[in-house]
Amino acid sequence: MAGNEPSARPRSPHLQVYKWTPAMAVSILHRASGDGLAIVGACMFLWWLGALAAGPDAYAAFLACVWHDPSPEVGIVHQITNIVGKVVLVGLTWAFFQHLFSGLRHFVLDTGAGYELKTNKLWSIVVITAGVLATAATWLYIMAGAL
Amino acid sequence: MGNGTHLGKVRGLGSSGHGSQHWLQQRLTALANILLVGFLFVSLIRLPLGDHAAVLRWASNPTVALALILMVVSVFWHLRLGLTVLIEDYVHGEATRLLSLVLLNFYAIGGAAYGIFAIVRIVLAPAAGLAPGGM
Repeated sequence: MAGNEPSARPRSPHLQVYKWTPAMAVSILHRASGDGLAIVGACMFLWWLGALAAGPDAYAAFLACVWHDPSPEVGIVHQITNIVGKVVLVGLTWAFFQHLFSGLRHFVLDTGAGYELKTNKLWSIVVITAGVLATAATWLYIMAGAL
Repeated sequence: MGNGTHLGKVRGLGSSGHGSQHWLQQRLTALANILLVGFLFVSLIRLPLGDHAAVLRWASNPTVALALILMVVSVFWHLRLGLTVLIEDYVHGEATRLLSLVLLNFYAIGGAAYGIFAIVRIVLAPAAGLAPGGM
């Protein structure tokens, strides 16, 4: 397959050679956020769902690992996983919005619209900005409720 | 498929060998995901997630459980399509690619089965008198 057979034909330059554009960034972010959701997001969801089904003790263990360990002396493992868990959850929130918004962009592109250079650039920037803003708004809402 | 004419060989098929099927399924599951994952997202934000009994009560609701099962099917179907393309693009070499695709199918089908089983268990556990644990 590609790369395995010797060939004298010129090869496509790699990512770092290209000048980054919003459309290129949104395309790569669509794949990155999708793969993050597919692997990390789906596993987190199944872990949460399994803990919920297994009962109060399993659910408490899940929360103590991912979110907050309520015991007076928190072990080093949970001190780390409590931080990692929140970072992962914020990351998944961003991946969700990024993939949702750029997915909606793809639905528009599927109709044949939005390929003009300026329009394409504008909506690529809108998608990336909206993903970050929606993530920030979500966590501000969550933190406002928690306080 | 035709019987060997040039048009017959390619009709309905692209370079991947299965034509527009993948593309269409990706769009259909994407549309379903907007509704179903959107529902999960709003629910998660509004639920008291620290309260096991309250979350369990929510998930035991038949409409919610049905939506969750549909979501698991749609999400795992969609992620299988997406990760297939990822593997086809980046994993070179027949053997490793075939192995990656097999593992992906195990993950997608196994994950979906686990999710659906967990939801069914949540809904039916009270009626079946099941003790906690076992997931």
